[in-house]
Amino acid sequence: MLTAIVLLPTAMAALLLCVPRGAPRHLFLTAWASTTAVELVLTVIVWAGYRADGGMQYETRARWIPSAGISYHIGVDGLSLPLVALTCVLFLACALYAWRDTRRVREFAALFLFLQTTCLGLFVALDLILFFVFFDLSIVAMYFVIAGWGHKNAARSALKFFLYTFIGSLALLLGFIGLYLAADPHTFDIVELTDANPLAGRTTYGALVLLAIGVGLAVKTPTVPFHTWLPPAHTDAPAAGSAILAGVLLKMGAYGFLRIALPVLPGAWRDHALVFVVVGVVSVLYGALVALAQTDFKRMVAYTSVNHMGYIVLAIGAAGAVGSDQEEARRLAVTGSLFQMVSHGLLTGALFLLAGVLYERGRTYEMPAYSGVAGRAPVFAALTGVAAFASLGLPGFSGFIAEFQILTGSLGPQPVATGLAVLGILLTAGLFLRALQQVFLGPLRLPLAAPGTDRPFPDIRRHEGLAIVPLLVLGVVLGIAPRFVLDVIEPASRTVLELLAR
Amino acid sequence: MPPMNENPVHLLPEVLLAASAVLGLLLGAWLPRRRQWLTGALAAVACAAGIVAAAIAAADPVRTVFGDSFALDTLTATGRIVILGATLLVLALALPRMHADPRETEFYVLLQLASAGALMLAGAQDLLLLAAAYLLASVPAYALAGFRKDGPGTEAALKFYVVGALLGVVMLGGVTVLLAAGRTTSYPMLRTELAEAPGGLVAVGTLALLAGLLFKAGGVPGHFWVPDAVQGSSAPVAAFLATIPKIGALVAFYRLAAVPLADADLPWAGLVAVLAVASMTLGNLAAFFQQDVKRLLAYSTISQVGYLLLPVAVAGRTDLDQRALLYYLAGYALTNLGAFAVVCALPGAHTLDDYRGLARAHPALLASLAVCLLGLVGTPPTAVFLGKLEVFSAAFDGGYAWLAVVAAVNTVASLFYYLRWIGPAFRTPGAAREPHATSRPAAVVAYAAAAGSVVLGVLGGVVLDVLDGPLAR
Repeated sequence: MLTAIVLLPTAMAALLLCVPRGAPRHLFLTAWASTTAVELVLTVIVWAGYRADGGMQYETRARWIPSAGISYHIGVDGLSLPLVALTCVLFLACALYAWRDTRRVREFAALFLFLQTTCLGLFVALDLILFFVFFDLSIVAMYFVIAGWGHKNAARSALKFFLYTFIGSLALLLGFIGLYLAADPHTFDIVELTDANPLAGRTTYGALVLLAIGVGLAVKTPTVPFHTWLPPAHTDAPAAGSAILAGVLLKMGAYGFLRIALPVLPGAWRDHALVFVVVGVVSVLYGALVALAQTDFKRMVAYTSVNHMGYIVLAIGAAGAVGSDQEEARRLAVTGSLFQMVSHGLLTGALFLLAGVLYERGRTYEMPAYSGVAGRAPVFAALTGVAAFASLGLPGFSGFIAEFQILTGSLGPQPVATGLAVLGILLTAGLFLRALQQVFLGPLRLPLAAPGTDRPFPDIRRHEGLAIVPLLVLGVVLGIAPRFVLDVIEPASRTVLELLAR
Repeated sequence: MPPMNENPVHLLPEVLLAASAVLGLLLGAWLPRRRQWLTGALAAVACAAGIVAAAIAAADPVRTVFGDSFALDTLTATGRIVILGATLLVLALALPRMHADPRETEFYVLLQLASAGALMLAGAQDLLLLAAAYLLASVPAYALAGFRKDGPGTEAALKFYVVGALLGVVMLGGVTVLLAAGRTTSYPMLRTELAEAPGGLVAVGTLALLAGLLFKAGGVPGHFWVPDAVQGSSAPVAAFLATIPKIGALVAFYRLAAVPLADADLPWAGLVAVLAVASMTLGNLAAFFQQDVKRLLAYSTISQVGYLLLPVAVAGRTDLDQRALLYYLAGYALTNLGAFAVVCALPGAHTLDDYRGLARAHPALLASLAVCLLGLVGTPPTAVFLGKLEVFSAAFDGGYAWLAVVAAVNTVASLFYYLRWIGPAFRTPGAAREPHATSRPAAVVAYAAAAGSVVLGVLGGVVLDVLDGPLAR
């Protein structure tokens, strides 16, 4: 079942590439959208069959390269299932959003379907090499998305993105090899490695492996100081690409911490958790401050991603920082960090798609170029307002629950750091409100209409609404009734903490 | 007296290739010009038959034949299959280009002789045979490099020849010194003799011997010919020079490390590690701002020798070294030939800028190029990724973790110039640029090599299992 979910998009992509390019555009778009819809349905079926009491389910394990300790091993648990669902939702939204695209649609659809496979594969992988394969392939696919369909300095940004994240992935690979050689018998299997805890008692070796893995994942997350690839990549990527990059690809790093670093290297993580707390707080504050200084709407949203991902790193760090007397708080922190991943994926995905709407109308992201747009496009303004408020963590939205959990959970173990991180919420509130005010309120002013747009600044079109509204609705649903997701996450976060306490 | 083990059937792949070269030469004298492709077809048949013969022979027990001079073991068997397979691909690239060329037959004959030399390098178990194999692999290659008889080709051939002759003489000197130190040229006997020989003598002899092998492999410091020879010769020859002699040379290199020098008092691992670091770093740095694609690939191949030397450095210190080397060699040969096949498929494109607009004009060719170049970087799931994984693991396991880290840093650096090649493909071509003319057979080879590289990577488990086998000693 999981294998089908992972491989179906790539199979579809291969099929699409066999269809001659001259075929009607809508054939490709329909195929793409329906595949992503089927993926979502399949994921819902998996979720329905998932027992909430935790543990790995839907496991498949096949021999792949036994002599190198590599197997095709996949499965889902409370950590991965929400992210798999998030991936399917976001890819469906992108497929709908791209409905009116005309630039090399066949290749675009095939690339996105392939990208979906890599994302889903990463979240269900239970073998380090399988994880790494999907990790790298997602970078490759995203490189082509940015280089082939981006705007302005696309090639340059794509190169920067590729170089940075690939450096990270190689550090990750070295860390994985370190783990592989430490285990006896040598294996890349995450479940076996987790059971074996191969680096227990080997402080230096453990610290080096954690350093390699930590750097690799931190680049992808991204945290300060490894975030510099993110703003250009986001700014120059096409809207759907940015949505996936922020919504799904950034989660890979944070997910890697929960899936690999904490359970497999508990000792090293406990020893060095403070580093991650500090990095997390710096990311929160630095991301928010730099976002405040942006005039480019998309760049601003990109920097708020650094801020939001910083909360996750802070929580994961806080989870490892203390003894066992704060069990409840640490569990809250881990649960919150995963919930934040889902919430951030939905909301930032929506924000980037909205940024794409803005660009499509005005051909620029510069906020000072716009004013009073609300009068011309009220629905667009309302949706952006909702997304912005949700993103800054207003109660009633998913972001609030996530940040509340993270901050409450981290406060006990790390009071000072958490106190500082709260300031980040204030900053994001300020910058989002300022952006809303600048673009939507005041007298109407629009950049010179780009050629091809029939009238200046039309409101949200149907396909755009179909893509964006469900994301926001899900954000609200998760903010009001988060239980059905939390029920899945909580047993998993308890397991993570038990493994960490060894 | 050595036992009677001089049955030519044991050297069937080598004999087939040499025989078809001689036969092709005779045939070529009789055939009309438009039929000369038959000699190429004969060469292809010889290669294919050689692969089958080598695969069958691989199941035989490990042993040495012709005295102790030629080893039949996993190293030789894999080397044979990879070299012959690569030669087959080069023939496929060359056949359409050379069709009805006045010197068509000569080209195939030289190609086969050089391949036969590489085969001998891979199996040589005796210093004198190694030296003979070096000459057999080199001399036809000099002629191939200058085959076009134009300015750059002549310069390439001349430089290639001068460096090759010099390092060949140095190598022969090394053989002499090692003979003096060990009183024999046979590897198994050298192993015991060199352990007791004076350390200085062994060191000097080994260094001189390595000069020749590094020349064949195109590794630092024997790399000076690579950029000029690869850029100056025609694309199929460049593909040949950058791939096939390297396979033989690295197998020979590994065999030296594993058999005669295993017990010698020599800081072998440190020496090879330095050579590896120098090769990969120099190759990568020099490739950074190349504009000519063949030159870029030439520097890339120098850097690849560096990675390939990692398992040689830790030979005998870990269980992973042999299969890491052999798997990487196979993956490298396939992937590198794929990249050269793309170059052959676009005869009009010489510089990176000429690849502008490829995404629109030939998306399948771009996809093959991307798979091959990213494969050379080591992106999963291509074969070189698994090769790199094995090579890094071997270095880690052999106590050379720093070497694996240096190699990983170099891998990142290499990414830059490979992407500099892929990047322009997405830009729109300049106004005055004519559409790319493609050579269809070469394009098919490119697709096949790219697909093969992925398949080899995914099916790596099966292949890796085969590559573990004892050495002939």
